[in-house]
Formats: sequence, structure tokens, C-alpha cells
Amino acid sequence: MTTAPDTTEPARPFSPPQRPLLDVEHLTMRFGGLVAVDDVSFAAAPGDITAIIGPNGAGKTTVFNCLTGFYRPSVGRLALRGNGREYLLERMECHDIARAGMARTFQSIRLFPRMSAFENLVVAQHNKLMRASGYTVFGLLGTRSYAEAEAGAVELARYWLEKIGLVDRADDDAGNLAYGQQRRLEIARAMCTEPLLLCLDEPAAGLNPRESAELEELLLFVRERHDVGILLIEHDMSVVMKISDRIVVLDHGRKIADGTPAAVRGAPAVIRAYLGEADGADTDTHTRADTRRDAGMGA
Amino acid sequence: MTDATAPPPSAPGPFHVRGALKEAGLAAFVMLGLSLALIGARIDDVSGGLAVRWRPFDVLAAVVVAFLGRLGLAFLRAGRPAPVALASGLSCAALAPLLAVSATGGGAADWARTALPFSGFAVNVLVLVVVVVLALRAGLAWRFGARAGARARAGAPGAETMDRLASVARRAAVHAVPVLLLAAVLFPFLPFADRRILDIAILVVTYVMLGWGLNIVVGLAGLLDLGYVAFYAVGAYAYALLATEMGLGFWLCLPFAGVMAALAGVLLGFPVLRLRGDYLAIVTLGFGEMIRIVLLNWYEVTNGPDGISGIPKPTFFGLPFVRSPPEGTESFHTFFGLAYAPIDRIVFLYYVILAMALITNQFTLRIRKLPVGRAWEALREDETASRSLGINPRNTKLTAFGIGAMFAGFAGSFFATRQGFISPESFVFIESAVILAIVVLGGMGSQVGVVLAAVLLIGLPEIFRDLQEFRMLAFGATMVLIMTWRPRGLLAHREPTIRLSGKGAVRR
Repeated sequence: MTTAPDTTEPARPFSPPQRPLLDVEHLTMRFGGLVAVDDVSFAAAPGDITAIIGPNGAGKTTVFNCLTGFYRPSVGRLALRGNGREYLLERMECHDIARAGMARTFQSIRLFPRMSAFENLVVAQHNKLMRASGYTVFGLLGTRSYAEAEAGAVELARYWLEKIGLVDRADDDAGNLAYGQQRRLEIARAMCTEPLLLCLDEPAAGLNPRESAELEELLLFVRERHDVGILLIEHDMSVVMKISDRIVVLDHGRKIADGTPAAVRGAPAVIRAYLGEADGADTDTHTRADTRRDAGMGA
Repeated sequence: MTDATAPPPSAPGPFHVRGALKEAGLAAFVMLGLSLALIGARIDDVSGGLAVRWRPFDVLAAVVVAFLGRLGLAFLRAGRPAPVALASGLSCAALAPLLAVSATGGGAADWARTALPFSGFAVNVLVLVVVVVLALRAGLAWRFGARAGARARAGAPGAETMDRLASVARRAAVHAVPVLLLAAVLFPFLPFADRRILDIAILVVTYVMLGWGLNIVVGLAGLLDLGYVAFYAVGAYAYALLATEMGLGFWLCLPFAGVMAALAGVLLGFPVLRLRGDYLAIVTLGFGEMIRIVLLNWYEVTNGPDGISGIPKPTFFGLPFVRSPPEGTESFHTFFGLAYAPIDRIVFLYYVILAMALITNQFTLRIRKLPVGRAWEALREDETASRSLGINPRNTKLTAFGIGAMFAGFAGSFFATRQGFISPESFVFIESAVILAIVVLGGMGSQVGVVLAAVLLIGLPEIFRDLQEFRMLAFGATMVLIMTWRPRGLLAHREPTIRLSGKGAVRR
């Protein structure tokens, strides 16, 4: 058994109010001899913001790629529950996982740059519209039912454009938007798939403080007003600590802590992972106080 | 000539005569290398074998023209149009009458022919055209100084002109499309539309249709397909075999040929689903060749290299276009009480392909605004992101391959019925390359651009058939010119499929 002894279990253990939205059990991902994710288990509750943090190379994005079907996990069970069904993600294709209700954004923005912002949001509603268009047949005939479905899709897209403040840039190419706007548009595009769980891979990367604040606001709004769980990878600890309900800490592919922000912040294993105290690998000239501040843990 | 008195904006840069001479000399040297083999030696088919006829004066003329032309351009770029205007104006004045005289008969014509730089009439015309263009540019620069001079120095003087043209074309598109459509519909009744012009028009419209079909695969779905002609071949053979073996008519076979081609498209699409970019291009190229080689070798079915002949012509609602219909039946002219005219059939063929092309266009415009069309474009932009939104890349790509191939199949059966004879020789790789060139040069995804590119790439070389061996040079030159002036294609402008505000916005 490779699980690290969970000595850091917080005093107030996390108890989901209902069956978790997402259950990750014994997830392991090997690339040849390299074990990128090693027996990680955690759960995400509906309506919660669950953050996955950890130093670079801890395996956070690999977990995301397993969850969203870009990688097929070597071992493990991934269950997504919603709409009265349970989906076993480890057996499903990427696009089927998306249909089941998993939406994601990417570490490096992946919009459709030569399509307009508005089109990006309409494309996201592909499956709904595809059914409504009778797999293109009704659409070609121009039936009323398809026109109604498209009008609904347009309304949803308009709603999200208003939420992210891009109505006046709606018909511009997504590739011509400012960086922060692209980040927000990517989240809106994911939300347009009407997901159960929204996975965000470093949404605050490269944002200035003002844009970061807007992002926090957007994420809190999504959680408040939409029945959706959020899974978040983030390096910006100020964002993580402020908005997360629960934090999972990974290091070298293993889970080393899991709990509320307050509990995780104080956990010795987490401090050790970020500061490198125990294995003495921390040879750079940073003082501990510097590193604590950089990691956002000192607050 | 060395005193620069012009105002600052048009002030000619420092001009080195020696540099310009060197440049011109280099151009002349390159021309010498090119023309020695291409122009210098002409191989004639004489009795008892082949004979090489040397044409040293043509080579000399080519070198001199290149030298002077380059020198003229150097002067123009340095903002000294006056000598160029004078020299090119004088050459025009000398060339034009000589050309005119050489076209007549008699002794004067012989004399004029020896005085002209090249032995080929068409080449001389081309030289004259170039000289006239040079004279006009130099004259304009001389007359208007600053602006023209600055533009000439900018390197690619045509670029902004073309940009302006493209934006004008875009704005005018609303009015231009009905006009163009009307022109296309009335084309056979225009006074100059004789049999030859109509044949060229049919060819151009066939390529327009193929371009529109390939535009779905390459322009919208972003799948670089170098074997598109294979589906054209499948459609042609499907119709030819059904018609000659089972005696079915064109209109009955047309949908079937489309279905066959679409099936072939889906079948060939399967193995290449995971490939992208260059790899996809190479594999589709291979598939295109495979189909041709199968057609070449499957002698029992396709009659191999001998091809299939005697393919029936299409009928007008069952009325054939023949002079004397069999006893008891009617043909087109007897039914309508017209005099028999062989051109009727050509006009009819023109309308058939025009209608088929317009249907292709309408279909593409429509499907682009449907979820599947948007999914194609999303896949082209970013496959990973598309998958994360629940777009099934396999099905979406296969529909693109299938629908693109279907239109090639329709065009193929039209080709078969028009030619009356098909053989694998008609479906070689160069055809795929030409269709792809039409799509790329027209501006990927642009429907009007495909029409322009098809007219330029197919129409011009056909019209310049008199140029004989230089015909393909005209093709190449057109391509090079388009790529220099419009590297992203003639009309590379993407209009969103749906707008939130402005013209064509969705209603609330």
C-alpha cells in the first residue's frame, strides 16, 4: 500500500452532507515506470468548491486529465453522480464524460480563437442543439423546434456573456480578447455545457489582482446561483484560501492532506511539502518566511 | 537625375546606379538559366524522329527584357519614375504597331515578326502587357509623385490595393451576389458565349463545385485532404458503370453516385481519424492514389486503362438532345418545336452543373450555421477543447469527410455524363492539387473566394491555351501572384455563423 499515513487528518473531518457529487477512489496513473498519481482518493460535494493544490509536478493536472477522460487511469474508480445517475468515468470516452456533466478549462487557454466569443458559447451547447436539430436533418429543413432550441441556446450564451461582462465584445474573435477576458470566457464556455461539475485548471494563472478578484466573484456566483460543484487547481493561495470549501493537497502524486482551508494551512505535512523541510532539498536562498509568504501560507 | 528636389515624404532614398545594375544583372542571369532550357531549345517532331531547333534570339530577348524590367523596377522603387516612364512608353509605342502588323499577312508581317523580341505571338502580347503595366505605374508615379512612390517603396504595392478590393468585395457582396448569379444564369445567352467559351465555363463551374465540396473538409473541418479526386472518381465510375451495365439514366444514378462517394469518404475517413495536419495529408494522398490504381487494375469491372466509353448523356425530363430521335419518341427540339442546334446540349449541361454547384453552396452555407457545422469549425480550431465540450470528434470528422465526398461524387457523375468517356487518367493527383489550390487560394472557408480562384486558376489557363507550353506557367504564375499579394487567400474573411448584435443579429 502506497498511501502516506494520513497523520494530518484535521480535527474536524470533512463530512459530506449527502452522497458526494464526485468520488475518486484509489486513482493511480502510471506512465511507463513513472507514477504520476499514486492511490489518491477524495470526494467533491455538490455545491462546494474543492481545490486541489500541491507543488509543481505533484500530479494535479494528471488527476484532471483522468477525470475528464484525456487519460485512462491505470487503477481506480471515478464516479460522477447527478441527474439520478451514476457515471463511471474511468470507462468513458472524453466526449461522453463531457456529456455526462463534466466541464473543464485548461491550464493554457484553449478557446476557439478564430470563432467569435458568442460562437464559442454556442458551440459549447453542441449536444443539446445536435439533438434538437435531429442530427442536422431538422436543422437543414429549418423546423420550428430547432429554431426554438437555438433561441434557447442564444439566451444561455447571452446570459453568460452578461455575467462575464463581454456582451459588447460578443462578435469579436475570441483570439483577439484580452487574456483575462479569455480566461473568463473559457469558464463561461464550460458553464454553457450545463455541467454537474466544473473543473478549472489554474483559472487565476497570469491574472492581475483585479482580474483575480473578478474571477473569485465569478466562481462564488457560479456556486451560489447554479447547482454545480467546482473542482479547482490553483497556485494562487490567496484565491484558494478565500473561496475553497475544501482543499486536497497532493505531493509527488500522493495525497498528503485533505480538509478545510484552515486545517490544511496548519498541517505539518503540507508545510513540509511546500518548504521541503524534511528531505532537506530546499537549497535555494529563500528564507523560510519568504517561501511561506510566496506560498501564501503565512496569511 | 541625381538632384533630389521633391518634398520629404516623396524624397527618393539614396540611389546607387551600380547596385541597381547589379540587381538587374542578377535577374538577367537567372532568366538566362531559366530560358536556356525552356525557351532556347525547342524540340520539333519532324519526319524521321525529333529535331532540336535552337532559338538563341528568344533567349537573348528574354534576358534583355528581364534586365530592363528589373532595372525599371529598381528606378521605380528609388522614386525615379521619369526614365522608366519614358523608356517603357517608347517600347510600348514600338511594340504595339509591330504586333498589330505581325498579325496581318504579307511581307510587312514577316518583317515585323523578325523585329519582335520573341517568335511566339502570345509571348509578345504578354511582354507588351507587362511593359504597359510598367509604363502606367511609372507614369502614375511621375504624375502623382508622393503617394505612388511611397506605395512602390512599401515592397508589395498590390497588397493594400487587394485588401481594399477584398473589403469592397465584402461590403458589395450583398449586392454583388445576385448580380453574379444573374450573370451566371444569363451567361449562355451572352453574345460571346460560343461553344468553346461555354465548355470552359462548364469546366470552371465543375471546379467551383469541387472547390465548394472540398471547402467543407478543408476550410470548415480543417482536415487537409490531398486525395479528394478519389471521390470524384468514385462518383464518375459509379454513374458510368450503372449507366452502361444496367442502362439507368443520369438523374436516377446521381443520388446513388453521391451515396457511393460518401460511403467511400466515410470508409477512408475511419483510418485517418487520429491523424492531423501533414500526416493526414500524406495518408489521404495515398488513398487517392490507391483508388486510382484500383480503377486502373480492376480490369473486369472498370475496364482498366481503356476506361469506359459510351456513357449516356443526360436528358431533359426524359427528352434526349439528339438530332433524330428513334421512331415513336421525341427529343428536346422536336418536343418544343425548335430547330435542332447542337449547342442546346452544352447549354443544358451548363445549367445542370450550375444548379448542382448552387445547391452545394446553399447546403454549405446552411450547414455551417447548424450545430454540426459549428462543431467542424471548433474541431479545426482546437480538437482537445472540442472533446471537452462533448463533441464527438470521430462522428464529426466522418460527417465532414462523407458530405465533402458526396459532392465530389455528384460532380464526378456530371463529369462522366458530360465527357461520355472516363478513364483513370482523368483522376490523377494533380486534380486533387488543383482543387486544393482553388480552396486555399480562394481563402479557406470563403465561398466567393473559391469562385474567384476557380475562374483564375481554371479559366485563365484555358483561355491562354494559345500559349502552348507556357500554359502551365500561367497557372503557376497566377498561384505565385495570389500567394504574394494575398497570402491568406483572395477573400480570407470569416463571418461569424451567428451574431449577437449588428447586422444579422439574432432576434430577441
